[in-house]
Amino acid sequence: MTPEQTETTGHGDISVGVAGSGDSSASATRITPGNALRPEDIALEVRTGLVKPSEDVAEYALRLGDDALILAQRLGHWISRAPELEEDVALGNIALDQLGHARSFLTYAGGAWEKSEDELAYFRREHEFRSAHLFEQPNGDFAVTIARQFVVSYYQFELYRRLTQSTDATLAAIAAKAVKEVDYHRDHSAQWILRLAQGTEESRQKMIHGLKLVWPYVAELFADDELATRLAEAGAAVEPSSLKADFDRLTGEVLAEAELEVPQTPAAPGGGRRGKHSEHLGYILAEMQVLAREHPGASW
Amino acid sequence: MNPNDEVSTSSTSVWPLWEVFVRSSRGLSHVHAGSLHAPDAAMALRNARDLYTRRNEGVSIWVVPADAIAASDPDAKGSFFESPQGKDYRHATYYTKSEGVKHL
Repeated sequence: MTPEQTETTGHGDISVGVAGSGDSSASATRITPGNALRPEDIALEVRTGLVKPSEDVAEYALRLGDDALILAQRLGHWISRAPELEEDVALGNIALDQLGHARSFLTYAGGAWEKSEDELAYFRREHEFRSAHLFEQPNGDFAVTIARQFVVSYYQFELYRRLTQSTDATLAAIAAKAVKEVDYHRDHSAQWILRLAQGTEESRQKMIHGLKLVWPYVAELFADDELATRLAEAGAAVEPSSLKADFDRLTGEVLAEAELEVPQTPAAPGGGRRGKHSEHLGYILAEMQVLAREHPGASW
Repeated sequence: MNPNDEVSTSSTSVWPLWEVFVRSSRGLSHVHAGSLHAPDAAMALRNARDLYTRRNEGVSIWVVPADAIAASDPDAKGSFFESPQGKDYRHATYYTKSEGVKHL
């Protein structure tokens, strides 16, 4: 490796150590972690006082982090249960992407209250979670999970795409990393929408049913409130309602190609951003938090 | 059950096998990385991305239906691959440099 390359590597010590050096070691399975933003980098910046979110920004980051965390926990349940091994891995990858986003957002949010990502994930109670109801909805069958993922990924893509322009540098950086991953989640779910809708009569019925089940939870994603509006005016956040037109247009295109209709279902009441959750979240938290609560401070 | 039923059952209940080739970022040719199941080529590419490029291994993927690959017979090693042995005149090093030839 030339000196120039060494200097331009972000986490030089890691990538050089793992990858070895010189073209002779290049292969199809060569391992380099790359140099994208990691939750550990945010933790370091928070710990050293380089960044500290305002109370508002922390609360906003908590919302986005909780969305991703709860969805990651839901998707992780598919591992070993998907229709094929390859889909296990695909859903597991998406879950891990979401977990990564959650770790970044929660680490940053915790900077306002001197709490770690683990303290926020494992030692908050149900009413302290700020995730929207869509993310805690049960996996159902594969089509229901795809329907949920379809809505989530098109919503998150529009959100993160705009959040890269945030005046808050850390939120912008997390979004810049996340938006590429979510773009792939969009592609994955859209591919499956098309295949299930145009596969067999049974797969089509299941896809229609799945969309009908998750659509009542779409409205909550685009509901503004005081916090989001205040932050959006300051340029730090994105007003949820401003995402709706692009979401409707892009999901509409996929559904039209799949010859599916946008479900006309009444909106569920929501309230996740205020800590009011459906009956599902308690069970998710019980499973997610039990180990950390039984053995506080345990590590590998 | 007639033979046609059997074929249609197996083709709808099991996804076909694809061979995956990954090209690393350093401009090497595509290298066989493994295989996977997928319902069609588009999904095979996505599954390959998830299975074989999770650790930054590549910048390009090829997927090929496994049954489109014709392979040499592993039992025919002798007749297929042993013939070149002992034929060292097929290697450049067999030949001595002629006098006065430059740039060799």
